[in-house]
Amino acid sequence: MDMISKEHKKEKLGFEETELRLGLPGGGGIVNGDLENSQKEKNLISCSNDSVKSPHRAQVVGWPPVQSFRKSIVAVQKRNSEEGGGAAASFVKVSMDGAPYLRKVDLNMYKSYQDLYGALGKMFSFFTMGKCDSRGMMDFMNERKLMDVLNGSDFVPTYEDKDGDWMLVGDVPWETFVGSCKRLRIMKGTEAIGLG
Amino acid sequence: MHSFHSMLNYFPEEVLEHIFDFLTSHRDRNAVSLVCKSWYAVERFSREKVFVGNCYAISPERLIARFPRVRSLTLKGKPHFADFNLVPNDWGGYVQPWIESIVRGRVNLEELRLKRMLVSDESLELLATFFPNFKSLVLVSCEGFTTDGLAAIASNCRFLRELDLQENEVEDRRGQWLSCFPDSCTSLVSLNFTCLKGEVNLASLERLVARCRNLRSLRVNNAVPLDALQRILAQAPQLVDLGTGSFVHDPDTESYNKLETSMQKCTSITSLSGFLDVSARCLPAVYPICGQLTSLNLSYAPGIYSDELVKLICYCNRLERLLVLDTIGDKGLGVVASSCKELQELRVFLSDVYGIGNTAVTEEGLVAISAGCPKLNSILYFCQQMTNEALIMVAKNCPNFIRFRLCTLNPTVPDAITMQPLDEGFGAIVKSCKDLKRLSISGLLTDQVFLYIGRYAKQLEMLSIAFAGDSDKGMLSVLNGCKKLKKLEIRDCPFGNVALLADMGKYETMRSLWMSSCEVTFGACKTLAQKMPRLNVEIINENDQIEASVDDKQKVEKMYLYRTLVGPRKDAPGFVWTL
Repeated sequence: MDMISKEHKKEKLGFEETELRLGLPGGGGIVNGDLENSQKEKNLISCSNDSVKSPHRAQVVGWPPVQSFRKSIVAVQKRNSEEGGGAAASFVKVSMDGAPYLRKVDLNMYKSYQDLYGALGKMFSFFTMGKCDSRGMMDFMNERKLMDVLNGSDFVPTYEDKDGDWMLVGDVPWETFVGSCKRLRIMKGTEAIGLG
Repeated sequence: MHSFHSMLNYFPEEVLEHIFDFLTSHRDRNAVSLVCKSWYAVERFSREKVFVGNCYAISPERLIARFPRVRSLTLKGKPHFADFNLVPNDWGGYVQPWIESIVRGRVNLEELRLKRMLVSDESLELLATFFPNFKSLVLVSCEGFTTDGLAAIASNCRFLRELDLQENEVEDRRGQWLSCFPDSCTSLVSLNFTCLKGEVNLASLERLVARCRNLRSLRVNNAVPLDALQRILAQAPQLVDLGTGSFVHDPDTESYNKLETSMQKCTSITSLSGFLDVSARCLPAVYPICGQLTSLNLSYAPGIYSDELVKLICYCNRLERLLVLDTIGDKGLGVVASSCKELQELRVFLSDVYGIGNTAVTEEGLVAISAGCPKLNSILYFCQQMTNEALIMVAKNCPNFIRFRLCTLNPTVPDAITMQPLDEGFGAIVKSCKDLKRLSISGLLTDQVFLYIGRYAKQLEMLSIAFAGDSDKGMLSVLNGCKKLKKLEIRDCPFGNVALLADMGKYETMRSLWMSSCEVTFGACKTLAQKMPRLNVEIINENDQIEASVDDKQKVEKMYLYRTLVGPRKDAPGFVWTL
């Protein structure tokens, strides 16, 4: 069987390694594009009408044989999770003192406090005119230093928990925080005295 | 013999009819009606349930003429490969002419079951208007209707017992169709609207459930949140079959605790499905009823990984039917094998529906299941790879397969260890499983596998083949050997005119044959159509309109042929050419 290339010798075959041949099985592999039977080319689509990002390589129509109904359900589920409206979403409002409007973050998108600060830093860097970057926030949390940002004031991330109390971010394990955080507020340091 | 024959005729017809009443299967009734003319006559007047496997094989007028007392009708439309986008939506399969004929024929229709048909709101409105005793509507993989049509059914069918919508594409018109069930409707036994995408009025749903004391099966859609489900379960602890809506909630709330309590009281639930939207943290609510489940469908649940699946499934000791995604992995299947000793049917679907990645399921999972579940008789298995050794072991462990459907991600992947074709593995399956009725094969396969199938698969009724075989010999082995073959569907195989034309009479013993991207030519299809007037040979050519003069030597892209008593259909669209 000369159509089986040496790539197949690996025990676990990834789809990328076993190139899909469109030639007739057993008749010698014919790679995409080099086909005598032009009708075979009509079986290739580039998934342009799919809502999911299509692979770079062309796919064969109807393979793998998954019901189109099932595909449509999956497309909706993917869309929901991307928009954050699905099972994994945990949106909370984030306010920053002095900013003209609030933002929302999905806490489930992040795996740690560092991740969260990275995102918050990017979101609010506009208001701090680039002086407060994500690293600054992380430095704060890591070293518990008050930082000089925006007219000499310091910023402290706080959150409101399930009981309605305002807490300092960072004391509890990340998962516990995600489960109990109802909203975030980035306070000016002058107001934060008395916390923590 | 002669005296026996006349003795039997001495029985008054009422007695014969009474005896035939015990025959429920349409196959038995078909057999009985072939015995002699008087049996044919008695049987046709007494048949109430009619099954039509291909809606174009017969016309509604002839059906009603033969079975004037028909009360329940099952119709199937598009060929199976339509599920995988190989058949254009408007190919056909309209139910409208059937309903019109049934109305004209003054039939007392009570049940209608449709699969892969095109159903319009007008059809549903006709049903609702003209059949006051209408009791049961089951639509599977249909499309063409909207929630307005459902509203008509809900409003007018006063004795409706069953409304079962499975995997249909339904346009949502936001008309509150469910609220159209009148307060006087208390007859519902089964309601399934999982496939609907839109909202329903939750208060109406709760009231409906509360007043339908005979409700046994309820499957809601994703728009029904968990707290509504809790209120519904509190009203309907008698449910036997439940399909959840959105199963997402904060577990630390009173609503969730109430759900746990209500769920515990549902001691009759044996079938559980839904979970189109689910949070793993909410699954524990289901643990109390796991031990009573015989059927569990988690195959639409996104983002539930192996560990969580296993935590649930290990409690399901009575499970007979399990549908999951490949996220369960080989290890998870190992747990299924040790926990679910009563398992009869397993389906493992692709979580990555476009098949562009890898899947965590290999031949190991299949072997584990076969070793642990001796009652296994039906499997649909998507996997990364397969080996002959594994298939041979599976064949040895489970000789009772009725349905065996395997699908490798790469359709021509060879044995993962030996690099050989998978002929021997599938050969072992057909040799061992003497009652095999349905088979789908996959992987690198030569003519040899078809030799085995023809030789051993004597009960085979449906065979699906893709990217397999070397020559016409393969297809010929199947046509010659599989005496009970009803449906054969083939794509991308090197089977051509010799195989197609070798035994033309065979196709009249079958329901249908599908061949796409094979080697058959226009000329051969024309020959077949000419010689066999009781076959419709349809060519589907989506790209160009059918031209009058087509080169006979040109290969046919898609051919679908089926036996019929009523000649070429009149509703074929432009891209379908009946030769």
